[in-house]
Amino acid sequence: MNIKENIKTIVIKKPLKLDCGQIINNFPLAYETYGYLNEKKDNAILVCHALTGDQFVTGINPITKKDGWWSYAVGPNKSIDTNKYFVICANVIGGCMGSFGPSHINQETKKIYGTDFPVITINDIVNAQVNLLDHFGITKLFSVVGGSMGGMQVLQFVSNFPEKTKTAIPIACTSSHSAQNIAFNELGRQAITADHNWLDGKYLSNNNVPDKGLAVARMAAHITYLSKKGLQEKFGRNLQERDDLKFGFDADFQIESYLRYQGSVFVDRFDANSYLYITRAMDYFDLIKQFNGNLSNAFKDTKAKFFVISFTSDWLYPTQENKEIVIALNAIGADVGFVEIESDKGHDSFLLDVPDFLKALKNFLDKSYIE
Amino acid sequence: MKPEYKIITNMINEKSRVLDVGCNDGTLMEFLKKNKNVDIRGIEISKEKVQVCISKGLTVIEGNAEFDLKQFPNDSFDYVVLGQTLQAFINPEIVIKELLRVGKKAIVTIPNFGHWKVRLNLLTKGTMPVTKTLPNEWYNTPNIHMCTIKDFFKFSETINFKIFKSLALVNNSVSNINNSNLFIKNLYSELGIFLIEK
Repeated sequence: MNIKENIKTIVIKKPLKLDCGQIINNFPLAYETYGYLNEKKDNAILVCHALTGDQFVTGINPITKKDGWWSYAVGPNKSIDTNKYFVICANVIGGCMGSFGPSHINQETKKIYGTDFPVITINDIVNAQVNLLDHFGITKLFSVVGGSMGGMQVLQFVSNFPEKTKTAIPIACTSSHSAQNIAFNELGRQAITADHNWLDGKYLSNNNVPDKGLAVARMAAHITYLSKKGLQEKFGRNLQERDDLKFGFDADFQIESYLRYQGSVFVDRFDANSYLYITRAMDYFDLIKQFNGNLSNAFKDTKAKFFVISFTSDWLYPTQENKEIVIALNAIGADVGFVEIESDKGHDSFLLDVPDFLKALKNFLDKSYIE
Repeated sequence: MKPEYKIITNMINEKSRVLDVGCNDGTLMEFLKKNKNVDIRGIEISKEKVQVCISKGLTVIEGNAEFDLKQFPNDSFDYVVLGQTLQAFINPEIVIKELLRVGKKAIVTIPNFGHWKVRLNLLTKGTMPVTKTLPNEWYNTPNIHMCTIKDFFKFSETINFKIFKSLALVNNSVSNINNSNLFIKNLYSELGIFLIEK
């Protein structure tokens, strides 16, 4: 993959001590921006991407040539209006879109890291991307926003840097990864490592890719992003380009064909080891434990205005888990609003055209900006 | 603007912390913000109404007051406002206790079931009353625990809270309710407005 020329990168010289104990420095952080930073530098919004996202939030992704992952929400006149706001998004460390990750070369051994890459956490991810604020000379963001793993970063960001944002919007997320969340991630990791092309993580130096395993991981995860009702309405038992069952194991059903397609396009754009590392970061996320069982303490130093959003059909990060964040904030008298959006589109709702969600996001941002 | 909102606003001190329980479309919240410079939050059960509040820049939590007041610590607000919804709860007793736990004071308004039109309606027609303030039929009303102003006074003695101020509202005119005029106020008021404390 020759992706370098389309990717903006800063090199972070300052040493960063990771939760695992290792210290990294002089590492690249890839990012993209949209819109313009105003003179007062008070219109910046940090968008945090989810597990398989990247810094190309909107417009055409120059690498995949497809629409950015949050094109519905971000852009001129959209909910996160790039005519008004300066949007920054960093590729997470551990990722595979230019930021320091397992496909990079270890300068000490001159070999590709693979599984020698340090295990990173959401805390490490956030501590790396805060460097972008210094890069742009921004002392305080207008907002930090993200869904799913992006929402976890939002919570961690406000906790780590209570003064660095005016508002915070965690969407469809949790303050502590549940057993069910970990279970699904483990299924994905097992699919990857069981692929004989994975080669203990050294597939890149052997010109190999564990594409079957990575595709299965993506297929399994994709199911968790949708709702039963949504799947039933979209696919039902419809057959794929055939009139009858074929009594074999080809994709008879449209849903099978759809999942296979999702798996196959994913392997072209995502690195298997990155998938292992980022899912691990999510599994290790437990802000409640970090604050000794009291989530409120994570937010006690912030004056940020929060807006928590969940979706009715999201069973991966259900409303109750989002509400726990609201409860923790109310317990310390923080400024927090909350809405559960009606949608059949499951966890993926935040990425899709869900008008009530897009409207709420826009209204919250625009009203908070003029305050 | 409902006259009731102006009366509530007069009861609230400048710059206090207020929770509006069942804040609807946020009209009262906006009015209080503008006129009393309060730090105000709302709880609302309807998703549509929550959206309206967000569009007005108000801090509102979607939730059910019957279960979701739990999350607020004791005395976290100076005032908790409950406008014409006490009668809609499954357990008004628990709700009142929660209001007085979360708020130092509470302002509660009730549609008065003791109003003469209601009484006459039932007496003459023999059917459940349908009036201007109580427009629903018995089978589709959200009001499952109707009470009168007199009932509310008795309620305060039974579950032990203090009524600091009680006002009667009829045709936009406001008057005080006290023990000596209770019989008449209970007959002629459409709405009772109470400032209470534990």
